[in-house]
Amino acid sequence: MNNLIILPILIPFVTAAILIFFHKKIRIQRWLSALSSIATIFVALVLVQKVHTDGIQSLNISSWDAPFGITLVSDMLSALLVLTTSVVAFVCLIYSFKSIGAEREKFYYYPVFNFLIVGVNGAFTTGDIFNLFVFFEVMLMSSYVLLVLGGTKIQLRESIKYLLVNVISSALFVITVAYLYSVVGTLNMAHISQRIAEIGQPGILSVIAVLFLIVFGLKGAIFPLYFWMPGSYYAPPAPVLALFGALLTKVGVYSITRTYTLFFYHDQGFTHELLQLLAIVSIIAGVIGAIAYWDMKKIIIYNIIVAVGVILYGVSVMNIDALTGSIFYLIHDMIIKAALFLLVGTIIAITGTSNLKKVSGLIKRYPGLGWTFFISALALAGIPPLSGFIGKLLIVQGGFEGSSYVGAGVVLMSSLLVLFSVMKIFINGFWGVHRAYENEDKAPVKWLLISPVILVILSALYGIGTEAILPYISQAAETLANPSIYIDAVLKE
Amino acid sequence: MRSNNNIILETTMKVVLFIIVLFSVYIFFAGHYYPGGGFIGGLMTSGAIVLLLIAYDIKTVATILPVNYRTMTGIGLLFAIGTSAGSLLFNVPFLTHAFGHIEVPILGDISLHTATLFDLGVYLVVVGVTMTIIQTIGEDE
Repeated sequence: MNNLIILPILIPFVTAAILIFFHKKIRIQRWLSALSSIATIFVALVLVQKVHTDGIQSLNISSWDAPFGITLVSDMLSALLVLTTSVVAFVCLIYSFKSIGAEREKFYYYPVFNFLIVGVNGAFTTGDIFNLFVFFEVMLMSSYVLLVLGGTKIQLRESIKYLLVNVISSALFVITVAYLYSVVGTLNMAHISQRIAEIGQPGILSVIAVLFLIVFGLKGAIFPLYFWMPGSYYAPPAPVLALFGALLTKVGVYSITRTYTLFFYHDQGFTHELLQLLAIVSIIAGVIGAIAYWDMKKIIIYNIIVAVGVILYGVSVMNIDALTGSIFYLIHDMIIKAALFLLVGTIIAITGTSNLKKVSGLIKRYPGLGWTFFISALALAGIPPLSGFIGKLLIVQGGFEGSSYVGAGVVLMSSLLVLFSVMKIFINGFWGVHRAYENEDKAPVKWLLISPVILVILSALYGIGTEAILPYISQAAETLANPSIYIDAVLKE
Repeated sequence: MRSNNNIILETTMKVVLFIIVLFSVYIFFAGHYYPGGGFIGGLMTSGAIVLLLIAYDIKTVATILPVNYRTMTGIGLLFAIGTSAGSLLFNVPFLTHAFGHIEVPILGDISLHTATLFDLGVYLVVVGVTMTIIQTIGEDE
């Protein structure tokens, strides 16, 4: 019994409900959301420390014992992800203050923002497969609203696509849960894992595993299922885009990680080989997109696909090094993708365009922006003192240990092309002749820079303080590699 | 205001409306022991209001029932959160409900369960959301 783990879900939820009453009073909305966001970060920090000292925390909601009620489980992985989510949400929130515009703010922007955080934190924390579906829907419905809010033409068009894809994938999710329920007869994740281990994963469960891969792959944008993402993520304004890019696909990645390490680890020759193949092709498809475009938003969006591929490759190798690397990389990527999207948003706020060929010479007037972008580009590619390095190193090491040389090679090569794609933005956008832009004087650049600078500092600290963070991450990886720790903590046997 | 004379519709509506509202309230309270509950009760109440909307127009209904349905949704959410988070005060897991018997002057001994308050939240949210959807589409030109 420990109500601490409900708080990262409850605090944004209460805030969202209260903000519905004050939707015209922008000042109250901003203050309340910021305060609740800080409170969530604080609670998440306490939670991480608690999980670190006392082991996995679980809460049987409404006092019903584990397999029968809904159980919330906070192991180290989910606690760390909840912490990262809260931090990313906070910086996106302060970025929104000066960039989203009063029109949107009056139309329930902040309540919906908080509902999105409820969904994401809930999806990371739940220990029940159907509850995971419900939190997915909370998150997706909020994302529909955030995507369409403002009602410009491109937003309307892209949200139809996004909605269609997600309605179909949600239906598939329900069908998959129905199959799983008819085979194992339970919805509690720990109990499902136990039942699957008892019957030793016959063919039907491998089918369900692949169905889960399709469902979560649609949400998390892996190779053949990422087709909706470049268009849909192109439409919303910068803080919303940063939130989507940093959080939404990562929930899909987390769910794949969870199901493939907790449920379907008995027939790795089939399921994990498939995951590995798709992950490698995702990396390749992602870098092709990233180097092909001359549009800043598109380049970063394709980099999401690369990162999803890298993380899932680490998961598919399934040895302790690769899993540790995946978790390192997952958290790093959430931070740095948010930073990059916010930086691109700032550039767009100054220049009014995301076309790289129309932008140049920004570093003369905005050195702070330029160097922040440069550092985050290096962090994205994985240059040693910064945060992307250790994750990729461990993934590659795990790949070689698992004798999967092709995959590890692809991960290494992808770093080079990722670096090329973001350096293309830096060289073309920041170097060269300075041009005059329309919105230049109106853009509140100083305020907009606060959020990405916070994230880049965090990313640098994350990279430098690897030694201090390692115990937390290896605790998370240990649970993934050894599902019995999770099962024992939940079912208390 | 509409010009045609809908006297049969309006008179029938006046009789039928109260039966529908009563039925929805009955269904709401029966939820614990019989089929029913907050969701279907809320839908049926909004059905009654929709009947009002069909007989009259949006402005008239807004003067008959001066309710802001968005605020209603918020209040419903707070009810649901409040009853579930109330358990935090008693240091038991989230959403743990409690029940008890109390003496009411006319009705005598009745059993009360905090799940009813949660259901009331659901009821308010359902009415609020349904009516917001219908009103917004109806007012749209």
